[in-house]
Amino acid sequence: MSRYGWMRLGVIVAFFASLEAVVRLGVVKRTTMIPPTEMARALVDILAGGQLNDDIVATLATVLVALVGAVTTGFAMGVLLHAMRPARRLLDPLFASYYAVPHFVFYPVFIVLFGMNRVPLVILGYLFAVVAMIINTLNGLDRIPRVLLKVARTNRMGPLATAWYVVLPSTAPYLFTGIKLAVAYSFIGVIAGEFILSGAGIGHQLAFAYDNFDSRTMYGLLLFILTLVTVVNMSLWSYEQKLLRRRSRG
Amino acid sequence: MRARLLNIVLLIALLLGSWEALHHLVGAIAISSPAETVQRLAAMMATDSFWMHARETMWAFAQALAIALSGGLFIGLVLGGYRPAGTVFEPILVAIYSVPKVTLYPVILLIFGLGISAKVAFGAIHGIVPVAMFTMNAVRSLNQTYLRAARSMRLTPGQTALRILVPATLPEIVTGFRVGFSLTLLGSLIGELFASQRGLGFLIMRAVNVYDVKTIFAVTLLIAVVAIIVNSAMLALDQRLHRRL
Repeated sequence: MSRYGWMRLGVIVAFFASLEAVVRLGVVKRTTMIPPTEMARALVDILAGGQLNDDIVATLATVLVALVGAVTTGFAMGVLLHAMRPARRLLDPLFASYYAVPHFVFYPVFIVLFGMNRVPLVILGYLFAVVAMIINTLNGLDRIPRVLLKVARTNRMGPLATAWYVVLPSTAPYLFTGIKLAVAYSFIGVIAGEFILSGAGIGHQLAFAYDNFDSRTMYGLLLFILTLVTVVNMSLWSYEQKLLRRRSRG
Repeated sequence: MRARLLNIVLLIALLLGSWEALHHLVGAIAISSPAETVQRLAAMMATDSFWMHARETMWAFAQALAIALSGGLFIGLVLGGYRPAGTVFEPILVAIYSVPKVTLYPVILLIFGLGISAKVAFGAIHGIVPVAMFTMNAVRSLNQTYLRAARSMRLTPGQTALRILVPATLPEIVTGFRVGFSLTLLGSLIGELFASQRGLGFLIMRAVNVYDVKTIFAVTLLIAVVAIIVNSAMLALDQRLHRRL
């Protein structure tokens, strides 16, 4: 690990240590927060007890469906829109202001439409993620160096060969950025939806524990969600940095 | 310019058309028509209690925005100006940015209690990170030649800040403010959807509980329209600043 990596670890350890101290010394009341070591113990109990396994599986499955849907259709729509200039010009303002609209206010509407089940959650995660994928696909296709396409033509490569040897490698970093955002957004969409109103899932259990003043379970679950999402996102992020560095070198 | 305007009008017509079509397809029980929704919104806007809720949301949002913008600007300037600190904290900011912050809401409620301060805090934690990240990148990618030129022309620190730093970093910082604005709005509204007694988010949740579809759509429409108008204005400013550079 680099020197900065160690310093970063130090910052994180110091943060949790001070949190521990603040709670143990009674500066913050136990009803407000429990020490991080107890959060970790609660998390271990929850996972070992297995009583929330169904909720964890439900949440992960929902995120996966939303994510796969968003990445595949987002990519396809990006390719189509890139080919159809007028349609793209028409939809451009929509994309520009898409993330300015607080999507979660539509969640109640989806519940009205599809009922209280996993479908509104999939839609919420999907809608949150798909536009990021479309925008990044378009970005990548816009930025293929002209000269590479010309080389492909002088070598008489067919459309398939061009797509495989030229288009895909040069758009890969952008597509990856799209996937990375889609992962983060589908997690946010699904868990937030579960938290606001739903009958199952990690987000629902978190809200349930809060409503029942069960801070031990609540903090255990919170730690679980934050760790899970952070590990997933950070591995994608560091891989992306590697991709970008390779691209700027070559 | 006229082509763009036409384009936007066309897009709005398209959206309204698909909304109307959905209304006929699904039925009034689930989706109210655009005309009905606007009527309900107008009727609601004529009452005092609606404005009480709207004021509550706006006040919470304004405070959250002030905290997010000033805090994010400060953090971004420090992390951008001092490179090692930026290297250490950047991944941490990225991690915080992509976590579902709604799960932190119970903690915020426990710390701040039920009320407006929890909403303000929740809105602010949504907005502060993107503002900090954009500001940090703006300061980092500042062309060093400008600073050397300033030194060779013996500009005072005040002049350097006013003539070099602000104009060079402003476009990126405005982009950060735009993103921060949207996310702070999102945060304050989520805060109202969950455990709240007042505000526009509360109006939506109350309508959900009594299954009042028209009100759900009316309030949602209002929020979306306001968000889009503000975002478009900031986007225009943003693009103008970026082009000038």
